[in-house]
Amino acid sequence: MKIKIEKLNAWFGKNQALKNVSLAIPVNTVLAVIGPSGCGKSTLVRCLNRMHETIGSAKWEGKIVLDEESIADFDPVTLRRRVGMIFQRPNPFPTMSILENVTAGLRLNGMRNKKELESIAEISLKKAALWEEVKEKLHQPGVSLSGGQQQRLCIARALAVDPEVLLMDEPCSSLDPISTTHIEELIHELREHYTIVIVTHNMQQAARVSDDTAFLYMGDLVEHGATKKLFTNPKEKRTEEYITGRFG
Amino acid sequence: MRADFIFEKTTKVFAFLSVAIVSLMGFLLLMESWPSIQQSGFLFLIKKVWDPVIHDYGALPFVYGTLVSSGLALIMAIPLSLGVAIFLSELAPYYLRRPIAFLVELLAAIPSVIYGLWGLFYLVPLLREKVEPFFIDRFGFLPFFEGPPYGIGMLPAAILLAIMIIPIISSISRDVMQAVPQHQREAALALGATRWETTRVAVLRYGKSGIFGAIFLGLGRALGETMAVTMVIGNRPDISLSLFAPSHTMASVIANEFAEASSDLYLSALAEIGLVLFLVTFLVNMIARLLVMKTAKPFAAV
Repeated sequence: MKIKIEKLNAWFGKNQALKNVSLAIPVNTVLAVIGPSGCGKSTLVRCLNRMHETIGSAKWEGKIVLDEESIADFDPVTLRRRVGMIFQRPNPFPTMSILENVTAGLRLNGMRNKKELESIAEISLKKAALWEEVKEKLHQPGVSLSGGQQQRLCIARALAVDPEVLLMDEPCSSLDPISTTHIEELIHELREHYTIVIVTHNMQQAARVSDDTAFLYMGDLVEHGATKKLFTNPKEKRTEEYITGRFG
Repeated sequence: MRADFIFEKTTKVFAFLSVAIVSLMGFLLLMESWPSIQQSGFLFLIKKVWDPVIHDYGALPFVYGTLVSSGLALIMAIPLSLGVAIFLSELAPYYLRRPIAFLVELLAAIPSVIYGLWGLFYLVPLLREKVEPFFIDRFGFLPFFEGPPYGIGMLPAAILLAIMIIPIISSISRDVMQAVPQHQREAALALGATRWETTRVAVLRYGKSGIFGAIFLGLGRALGETMAVTMVIGNRPDISLSLFAPSHTMASVIANEFAEASSDLYLSALAEIGLVLFLVTFLVNMIARLLVMKTAKPFAAV
């Protein structure tokens, strides 16, 4: 198991966003987290890189283990270098070029060697399936790209620091269908080397890209299991109602 | 309909009135300073001598005094103000942000004559008895610390100006930092940036032009500040590298000598200094506003 979550509870102020969530994520698999708005799915992934606690009133309890080590014992900075994150809206740094965006994390780590930076940038952009589109204009601003390209740029930026886990918080929700297809194809390729947790609103997407699916409702983990099984033969009535579109 | 018509016209008049007042002010200053402009032309700005007795008017000592006192004030105020702004926008716990911001902004509400009094009664004696002798003793060989410890002079003026512009620079740059979208901070944090790195990479870089705008607004205030400076700067139209030497600024010479200007040319020369100051502050403020506007909407959304 790459990640084990045991009895995770999370709050915003007095508002409890996650209640006693326990689940495990095997190495190099894709877990989709689905559920209606406000069910705690974003909070769940944001706990995994301890981004949740950067918000003023937020706190969490329970145990999250990454490779046998409790993430509570990590320095958050170190943890986030091993657990990368892609956000709902593409958020490249607007003052930086494409190249600078991809290498931002490496430069924060203190890497200064230009050749090394450029070669890692090329590898990361290739992994993110963006290289062919940007190789001629690496010095143009990152925000000059289209929305879908910006999101792949952000994926390249996350990959450049060589993480083991990728968290994706509704990575396609602001993208058009073609860009969405690009990202989904990318997830298929990335699962070979990375453990991926993807939050999505889109059930077809969950069914397409994931090995396992977790269904959250009002902070409770209602059902968790192999994606095929969960979508064809759910155990819980609420899961069935949600995936057939009767609520949510 | 009719009420709306009157409403629109009245507010329009008010709006244009302020434009008219500014233009009129510039025009009147130009009229008043015309005799002096005719007398010395551009030489006025680069002539070092200011001697009303023999009708010899050069504005360089005042231009120098204004630029140097404001420049020194900026050097002192920028790190402090940015520190305040970063603390309030990025680091302080939420319950502290409002009260501290309020108190810092209160500094701007203190009348400048109070700053002048504080400078005269507290700061100047402190400089004269403790600070200046220390520097003269140790570093007197440098031109910046030459001369006797008067207390009054360039240094206290610059310190007062720095304190007076801290609220402007810090509150506007805090607004600029708060306008930086949260997803920018999260982008940096998710890459494993520390808090300081997040501030540097995501916040300061994103808000750079707005922060420069805030600094320029502070500069605008410092250039035109009159009362407090007049009270502590020593009012001597000399150009000296020493921070301890009495000096003069464009604003302070107008305040000081206007009442005793005995001839038309003397008055006209003071008006010309006013005109220069008017144009410079106008320009500085314009640049500042443009810079602040640029960060409010800097980058096209996705």
